[in-house]
Amino acid sequence: MARLHEYQGKTLLAEQGFQTPKGGVATSPDEAHALAQTLAGPVVIKIQSWTTGRKAIGGVQFADTPEQAKAHAENMLGMVVGNFPVQQVLIEEMIPIKDELFVSLSINDRARQPVILLALTGGSGIEERAEQVHRIACDVVSGPSRAELESIIKGSHIDAAFHDRLVDSIICVFTVAKKHEARSVEINPLVTTTDGRVMAADCRMTIDDYAVFRHPDLGIDIAREMDHPPTELERIAYEVEQADHRGTFYFAQLAAEPGNGSNGLVGFHGAGGGGSMMSMDAIVAEGFTVANFTDTSGNPSASKVYRAARIILTQPGLCGYFGSGSGVASQEQFWSAYGLAKAFWELQLSIPAVIRLGGNSEDRAVQILENVCRDVPALVEGFRKDDSPKTIAQRFAELAKASLEAGVAVWKPRLPNVPGFVGSAKSYEITGGRVWIDEASCDAQTTDLLVELSAGLFKSEDGKPVLAVQEDEFAKRDSELIALEVELRLACKPVVFVELDIPGLS
Amino acid sequence: MAIIIDENKRVIIQGITGREGQARCRLMLGYGTNVVAGCTPGKGGQEVQGVPVFDKVAEAMEHAQINHAGPVDISVVLVPAKFVKGAAIEAIKAGVKLLVIVPDRVPLWDAMEIAACADKHGAQFVGPNTLGVISPGKAVVGMIGGRAESAKQWFKPGSVGVISRSGGMSSSTAYYLGQAGIGTSTICHVGGDSVLGLRFPDVALMFQNDPQTQAIVIFGEIGGSMEEDLADLMQQGKVTKPVIAYIGGKAAKEGTRFSHAGAIIEGGKGTHAGKVKALTEAGATVVDSFGDLPAATKRAIGHF
Repeated sequence: MARLHEYQGKTLLAEQGFQTPKGGVATSPDEAHALAQTLAGPVVIKIQSWTTGRKAIGGVQFADTPEQAKAHAENMLGMVVGNFPVQQVLIEEMIPIKDELFVSLSINDRARQPVILLALTGGSGIEERAEQVHRIACDVVSGPSRAELESIIKGSHIDAAFHDRLVDSIICVFTVAKKHEARSVEINPLVTTTDGRVMAADCRMTIDDYAVFRHPDLGIDIAREMDHPPTELERIAYEVEQADHRGTFYFAQLAAEPGNGSNGLVGFHGAGGGGSMMSMDAIVAEGFTVANFTDTSGNPSASKVYRAARIILTQPGLCGYFGSGSGVASQEQFWSAYGLAKAFWELQLSIPAVIRLGGNSEDRAVQILENVCRDVPALVEGFRKDDSPKTIAQRFAELAKASLEAGVAVWKPRLPNVPGFVGSAKSYEITGGRVWIDEASCDAQTTDLLVELSAGLFKSEDGKPVLAVQEDEFAKRDSELIALEVELRLACKPVVFVELDIPGLS
Repeated sequence: MAIIIDENKRVIIQGITGREGQARCRLMLGYGTNVVAGCTPGKGGQEVQGVPVFDKVAEAMEHAQINHAGPVDISVVLVPAKFVKGAAIEAIKAGVKLLVIVPDRVPLWDAMEIAACADKHGAQFVGPNTLGVISPGKAVVGMIGGRAESAKQWFKPGSVGVISRSGGMSSSTAYYLGQAGIGTSTICHVGGDSVLGLRFPDVALMFQNDPQTQAIVIFGEIGGSMEEDLADLMQQGKVTKPVIAYIGGKAAKEGTRFSHAGAIIEGGKGTHAGKVKALTEAGATVVDSFGDLPAATKRAIGHF
């Protein structure tokens, strides 16, 4: 998640000189007690969760004593907000608020620059008072105009003693957003206090997913927006994505159970953002529930597609596998076909799969998939660019119905099928795994075939296959090696197996 | 005519010696694009498929002036995402007026800095995260089609302009239109990110001014405000050619990002329903199923 909690955002503000209430974050009632004791006075306790309207759900409480604070923390740490369990509470000194302002920074996609929204009366219900909000355009390099901010603040009802510090604070919002490459920052409210302070009473900040790599200090483990905490599978998928930048890979789990009246839970594998969303709409329109949203696109490697399929098929309860993207892909589709075919064969897929592989080399892609899957219990059908998502979603519905009627059970995740020579035969390390060669079964003819199909990676020496390229070059050719494995299996000479690690997947 | 790209435009490729650079150079040359030079710092003096490579864009600019009778019109940026800002700003400062920024995962603040620099120098850009632009039968910039022979086979010249937020769906939309006998003037993938150079309204205005284009087909998506802004232009009478649209992401949940950085519904903004409503009220034909686009486009051209 690239969203930061209130306390994290406040820390970043404070680093730039923005005043924030004294306090700290607690993960247990005892810590809350200790913090309240240190603060020595009335405190406010706030759940750290990504939601608005925390007060209404009991997520903001006040305490006069450490014991009260502890009791509140105990209740709060058991709460679940949205799909997120509350794991932290923020304990802060009570501040004597005088004025409440609203300030936010967001990216204006129209103007292609940041915009600051400022309302001189903050607090809750800001959404309903849109007409009172000042919009201040920010130059992406130099920030908001100080003069413009001054004219707004100086013409307000707020005590002149606060004016300069308020302007400084608002400029500071820009400084912090730019420094940490935030996509949005919201301080609601920005307050003045009766004891003469200007401070951020709350803070919500989201960092740009694409810039997270430049900010390791923020400790963001999964830079992706989701409406739930990352599941174990999502973490595994994210690691796969980070380890292989050839093409993109998105994986988000949407449902674990088919809803009421649903025709079943579907493993969804798209290719290309727009085509994936459209294909998801098409399968949902046929009455199915999508278990996950997955997208492998932008010329993905065969191993990335393989790992995506393995991860999708770690979800129990699926009635089928539906793959469809834009349908007229610029990338060579046979790489995806090799990846899918390998995964389906290893897992001996038993639920129907409908895969649209439209685009460059689609005939070859469909042929690979369907030929390999003759050795797989499931009905696997490949489609081309002239088959629309609607058509193949309808075909999927037919196959799913037929499977159900034939008594095919919903998917139970299983271990992959691995040839007997894996573990004892000759092996070569490749990026993210290793290749096993069943030398004992390599007669001269098989070796020649292996060499011929290996895209120059192997040569024959004394009738046995040996590397024809440097080891470091060989290690990067996982896609070609997957193709080699699959082609040899199709030729009934399955002497090569590419073992690809997926850390965390059991 | 067409918009953005044709066979006469002088094109350079930044990052031409990389894996993507070489692959896309082959596509562009094979399709008929006038690729006059490439740039990769430190690789000046080399050649890629007969195209001379320079260290700096300024040198490529000079080369174009001397040997190709004019400045570089377009630079296709094919460097890794974290180097895009530097490459784009270099090209803009060297006087290139149009950039096609292909890489995805370009940081948002980098994209905004590129936009500010482009505005200052009177330059424009397509992307980031774009498959590019193709004017069928003329030329391509970026990677639409993947291979020249596919691009020639898939896209037919004609009178419909295509604008899409999705790369793959740019190709699909034009392909299915072609199968239905409707050719395209130019296909423009504006990109999947939230901060973009040319947006739907900008490209729609170009199509409005292009005599070859009779109608505009849109592949929109949830998130952002481009579809709504196009609807505003139509309401103002600035875009009067027929607009036929499909909006993806009907089944998407709020607060979850679906592949494209721009495709996220936040605080109820950028919803599927809101976009359909805005476009319909502005007089566009919005189809519920993507497969209905060709038929709806035929009807719209008939009425034009």
